Amino acid sequence: MKDQSVTLASDRAAAIDVKLIHHDMHVTNLGDRLFYRATQGFALCVLLLAFLLVLDLFRGSWEAIQTFGLKFLVGTTWDPVTHQFGTLPTIIGTLVKALIALLLAVPISIGSAVFITFYVPKWLRPMISYPIELLAGIPSIVFGLWGLFIMVPVIRALQIWLKANFGWFFLFDGPAVYGVGVLAGSVILAIMITPIITAISRDILLTVPRPQIEGMLALGATKWEAIWQVALPYARVGLFGAVILGLGRAIGETMAVTMVGGNSFDLIHSLFDPVHSMASQIASEFTEATYSLYVSSLIYVGLVLFGITILISLGAQFLIRRMSKGQVAVFE
Amino acid sequence: MKATSMQRMTSQTDLHRFRVRKLVELLAVTGMVLCAAVSIFFLLAILGYVVYRGASSIDWEFLTALPLPPGEVGGGIANALIGSVLVVGCATLLAMPIGLGAAVFVNEFPSARLGRAVRFMAEVLTGVPSIVVGLFAYALVVQPMGSFSGLSGSVAYAIIMVPIVLITSHEAFRLVPPSLREASLALGVPKWRTIIGIVLPVSSKALITGGVLAISRALGEAAPMLFTAFGNPFWNLNLGKPIATVPMLIYTYATGPYEDWHRKAWAASFVLMMVVLITSVMTRAFLRGKAHE
Amino acid sequence: MNNGGVQMSDESYNREGTEKTTDSHPQTSPDSDTRLEVEHLNVYYGDFRAVKDVNLSIKNNRVTAIIGPSGCGKSTFIRCLNRMHEVTPGGRVQGKVMLDGQDLYGPGVDPVDVRRRVGMVFQKPNVFPSMSIYDNVASGYKLNGVRNRQMIAEKVERSLKNAALWEEIKDDLQKPGTSLSGGQQQRLCIARALAVDPEVLLMDEPCSALDPIATAKIEELIHELKETVTIVIVTHNMQQAARVSDYTAFFYVGELIEFGETQQLFTAPEKRQTEDYITGRFG
Repeated sequence: MKDQSVTLASDRAAAIDVKLIHHDMHVTNLGDRLFYRATQGFALCVLLLAFLLVLDLFRGSWEAIQTFGLKFLVGTTWDPVTHQFGTLPTIIGTLVKALIALLLAVPISIGSAVFITFYVPKWLRPMISYPIELLAGIPSIVFGLWGLFIMVPVIRALQIWLKANFGWFFLFDGPAVYGVGVLAGSVILAIMITPIITAISRDILLTVPRPQIEGMLALGATKWEAIWQVALPYARVGLFGAVILGLGRAIGETMAVTMVGGNSFDLIHSLFDPVHSMASQIASEFTEATYSLYVSSLIYVGLVLFGITILISLGAQFLIRRMSKGQVAVFE
Repeated sequence: MKATSMQRMTSQTDLHRFRVRKLVELLAVTGMVLCAAVSIFFLLAILGYVVYRGASSIDWEFLTALPLPPGEVGGGIANALIGSVLVVGCATLLAMPIGLGAAVFVNEFPSARLGRAVRFMAEVLTGVPSIVVGLFAYALVVQPMGSFSGLSGSVAYAIIMVPIVLITSHEAFRLVPPSLREASLALGVPKWRTIIGIVLPVSSKALITGGVLAISRALGEAAPMLFTAFGNPFWNLNLGKPIATVPMLIYTYATGPYEDWHRKAWAASFVLMMVVLITSVMTRAFLRGKAHE
Repeated sequence: MNNGGVQMSDESYNREGTEKTTDSHPQTSPDSDTRLEVEHLNVYYGDFRAVKDVNLSIKNNRVTAIIGPSGCGKSTFIRCLNRMHEVTPGGRVQGKVMLDGQDLYGPGVDPVDVRRRVGMVFQKPNVFPSMSIYDNVASGYKLNGVRNRQMIAEKVERSLKNAALWEEIKDDLQKPGTSLSGGQQQRLCIARALAVDPEVLLMDEPCSALDPIATAKIEELIHELKETVTIVIVTHNMQQAARVSDYTAFFYVGELIEFGETQQLFTAPEKRQTEDYITGRFG
């Protein structure tokens, strides 16, 4: 049966059994078998990699897990001197900076994406998309450098102004003169995640079928009304996925946030407070960790960070796939 | 007013409404233009400053000399330039075969469910923060070896590069028409020869692009280097020892106290940006070429 | 079944002419039964001329069918009647389309306004998936800022009744629009188009994606609708054209070959090409 089909093909039969391409398990040719095993080996390497990654993270953080358990996540003291490690402030610092970054980046990204997809003529699109894509390729460390020397002084000036005029508002009631802090970190993150959200949103919006938009136009709607009432709702699952992807990036970002986000382990009270994010905490302290519990605690932070970003990444992929496959039951 | 309404708008309120709707659209479009402008503004701001602050410091000495002791003005980043090339080069040697090989497996032997799992895993891996990759490389290589090393840095970069190579290669293979493979198989050519002799050459452009993308990405990553390759103020070509890389150097210099270090950080960033730009142009050129086929 | 109530008052208002347009062009047709007058229409996709010098009169409250083989320009033509063609990249129109004497392509005329008066039903039902049945029907109607819940509800009900869909779904108005069958979705699209009180309704092969039963329902609907709306229907199905229309236009390779009363055209066509098409000499 299956062996027969293999022989047939090698006999140059006129009818090519396309299934042959898939019945590779039963190939008798030695070269093919070796090749199969070799590539399978590479594939397994990838899986092994992922597996080892998780394993090593657990192994490295095991001491800290045993010592602190889940209280690690809610502890508010991070003091290497007294061997007390709790990451609540940095978890909050990470999430707050990421969420504010989203707040700033999402309107700009989706606004740009809508503009590029619906209002820019096809020939002009690359001219606008390209710079935005270029922004996505800039290394994080360069963002950090620019952020530290160019952006932070501007933020400092802004913070001082805000505190002087609106200091009664709790968000602006903080150490304005630092320049580095939650606000700076959020802004740099926002700049960094805008290109990704824009690019994916644009791809998603391009999948909205023309008849949908034309249907709304045919009722006497302006183009904007058609976009707002039909195109955006149609694409909302995919757009949400793009946003989530941006969130994942913002949470995992290291270098830029290390340089402009501030170095403190205290719980934040205002936008101007400096605070570590999980990634910046690891980046700053790892080489100074002198004893094993310290190292283990930092790896524990890495594990938590890993867990959060993986969950978000999975969620984003799931949503974006759903959109592309057209989960919505439009009559075909 | 340019857009007048037709006879049907017989009441003032109808006409008013119509004008309001038009105004809303105008406001929306203005808003969107601003959004795009903001994005482009930041690109120009960053690029601009890097060029402004960095380009002027690029000279022969910068590119070929070793760093001087801290505080002294002058010297260069030659060790970091070579270091980056070595570390990323070694990483490429590790990552390309694995990424390509796995991609071949995923696409050319689709009956194995392993393939789908691998592709999925690659996409998951792209979401891992680079600092966590650094931690993993630390546990995998630095701890057993007992010291920082360029090799651990290469491993870290390789982990970042494999998913990129795998995904881009997989997509490249997918674009190769099945008829090409079938024609070869029908002639009695064994499958492995078909893949190597036909599928790979046909998709070579895309494969190279994927590779270039991965390399470019790795060249710019600083976080994994913090506790793997670590850094080295001296000339070092031995991957078994700590080695300087450009992104790591930028971080050290930018966060240091010396004005000369800051200047060098900008210059090094300029070098990095050039690499990114060239890569981007190459990828674009390739994509445009593909579109014309 | 009559949404003529609102329409009538508008029309009488028009005839009194308080806000009438000042660009007086001579009535191009002395026949006051003409709703849409097409003059020297040339339609382009970039440099390619898809429709060549068409002159046509669409009669008021009648069904006019556009027939012809694939690629003859019928869909392109009909999309010019509500200025949808220009939405397609590269779409360009030359000539005049006069609705009640006013050129839809005249200077300063906004397409948004045109499309309110000339409605369209598409080949495949394009129900908005993010909206319920109720919201779908109301979507066009609410564009002009109507907020009164009562008015909207009444309009939705009336439109659904006019589209012969009310009885089937009156208890399910909040369900998503896409939960209906194909034929029901198309009638939903018709209801949605009717809700904005168009004077002309364009139908671009509305039944081509539907089964025979759904098709029959819609053909029956067309018969009822023509009393209040003027209908132009593109169809590749000649029998359908013969069944539903009063007038028929035969297009071939972008040109209007023949136009006349349906009965006349199908039994005794004047042009050879028309006869060839009708007798099936070419598809």
